[in-house]
Amino acid sequence: MLLSSLLRTIPISLEQGLAYGLVALGIVITFRILAFPDLTVDGSFPLGAAVVARLIMEGVPPVFGILMAIIFGFLAGCCTGLLNTKLKINSLLAGILMMTILYSVNLRIMGRSNIQLLTVNTLLTPLENLDINRFIPIIAFFFLVAFGIKFLTDMFLHTQLGFAMRATGDNEQMIRTLGVNTDNMTVLGLGISNGFVALSGALVSQDQGFSDVGMGIGMIVAGLASIIIGEALFGKKTVQRMTLAAIVGSFIYKLIISLGLRLGLAPTDLKMATGAMVILALGIPALKKEKEGKLHLRGV
Amino acid sequence: MVRLENITKIFSKGTIDEKVAIDGITLHIRKGDFITIIGSNGAGKTTVLNLTSGTFAPDGGDIFIDNSRVTRLPEHRRAKYLGRIFQDPLMGTAASMTIEENLAMADLRGQSRGLRWGIKKTRRDHYREILKTLDLGLETRLKDNVSLLSGGQRQSLTLLMVTLSLPKLLLLDEHTAALDPKTAETVMRLTQKIVSENNLTTVMVTHNMQQAIKYGNRMIMLHEGKIRFDVQGKEKSALTVEEVVKRFGAELKDEALLC
Repeated sequence: MLLSSLLRTIPISLEQGLAYGLVALGIVITFRILAFPDLTVDGSFPLGAAVVARLIMEGVPPVFGILMAIIFGFLAGCCTGLLNTKLKINSLLAGILMMTILYSVNLRIMGRSNIQLLTVNTLLTPLENLDINRFIPIIAFFFLVAFGIKFLTDMFLHTQLGFAMRATGDNEQMIRTLGVNTDNMTVLGLGISNGFVALSGALVSQDQGFSDVGMGIGMIVAGLASIIIGEALFGKKTVQRMTLAAIVGSFIYKLIISLGLRLGLAPTDLKMATGAMVILALGIPALKKEKEGKLHLRGV
Repeated sequence: MVRLENITKIFSKGTIDEKVAIDGITLHIRKGDFITIIGSNGAGKTTVLNLTSGTFAPDGGDIFIDNSRVTRLPEHRRAKYLGRIFQDPLMGTAASMTIEENLAMADLRGQSRGLRWGIKKTRRDHYREILKTLDLGLETRLKDNVSLLSGGQRQSLTLLMVTLSLPKLLLLDEHTAALDPKTAETVMRLTQKIVSENNLTTVMVTHNMQQAIKYGNRMIMLHEGKIRFDVQGKEKSALTVEEVVKRFGAELKDEALLC
């Protein structure tokens, strides 16, 4: 019974895991690479969805809508970075402020609290209409996007600029004495991260057929859970492993969740279960009196 | 070459905790100088380095590098002139990055960074070559994370990183104080070698009188934010610990300094 449930949940978990994997990838850049606890995510995810939904309703081609969603997400992330680096607002608070502001922004963009996309043509519509099981083209599409962005991220983090960004999170003092403006690195990194998150929001809204102002709630915790699961499998020794951990972790997280739902977990308790998962993962090392599990974070 | 003119620095200005850390110091560093700075806790040694490198700006006075005023220039924009090594051996390298990645970052000191690959294949042989001179076996571990190295190894690597793109002025901030005596000795020998081979202008802050007397061509003693004693050339090389203790022992009152 468990096995057949597992098999039946794999396609839907793959679809969602890969689509939400970009959120986890964004969180890797902030929490892991920059050591910056960015909470903008809960606002930039629905921002991406809102931008693409509104533009599609206005008759704009979906690809262009997605590009705009990425740009809006990038700018939102930059704002959080500027709040922290220029106005010296605590990094957690800066993210919370942007997340709150974005709630109003998203309502403004959509003009109402949700937009239906089921009856209009989205980027995914041609894939849905193929004469095969819808899972095959959809999963293939999300696979290409998630891993494409993963490889681009890996490449970027091995350029001169990428080195400077990684060093900013690792040892800010050191890279500043080598002549890098760490404030700019923080702003840029937050921008890229939230660009990924907004892209995820834009794709997810087209996949599920609607954009809702509340669809970002708990996104940061779900993303963290994904990363923690992935890192348990792949470790975090290299950049490639960290980004791989984000995507695979996101898939396994969705698998656990959909399996839980099939076995009787009430959908209302979903976020509580996710929170408990993160608390357990972060808390166990402390209970075992190990030092390792601690998050190294800046600006808090 | 580097001039500090009548510098003052006051911490917690205007509060009950106000402390004058630097009280009107003027210091001219000439090209090729190796200056050691000594003083007891709170004398202002590290503050002088922080002001020179731009960690914070002074409350009064001016700082010049090669006759251009850098008093208010932020730290990252002075990087092409200055190299700095800290007391904490973990401060000079990025632990989660590999040895070659750290070296490659040092290669670009003070230059703009773009979207080219962080590591040039052609530089790798050079990295291996210079790592060999450390005699720590690091030349075979280019792709190891720096977190795997010991404190002494990391401090040696930091010194090596300085040589990749030579700064006009090297600032050493008690860079051997956190190491065990034997490692400290090794790192100090390496420092001496790198400084003399590259004819680096150097300022070394130290807590250790013997070290301050043994190395360099000029020694400066700070006391309560002022230069108390400034000795160079022949007079410096003839200096002994006993003599300094006899002259200043009463006011130094710092056992650690005198050993």
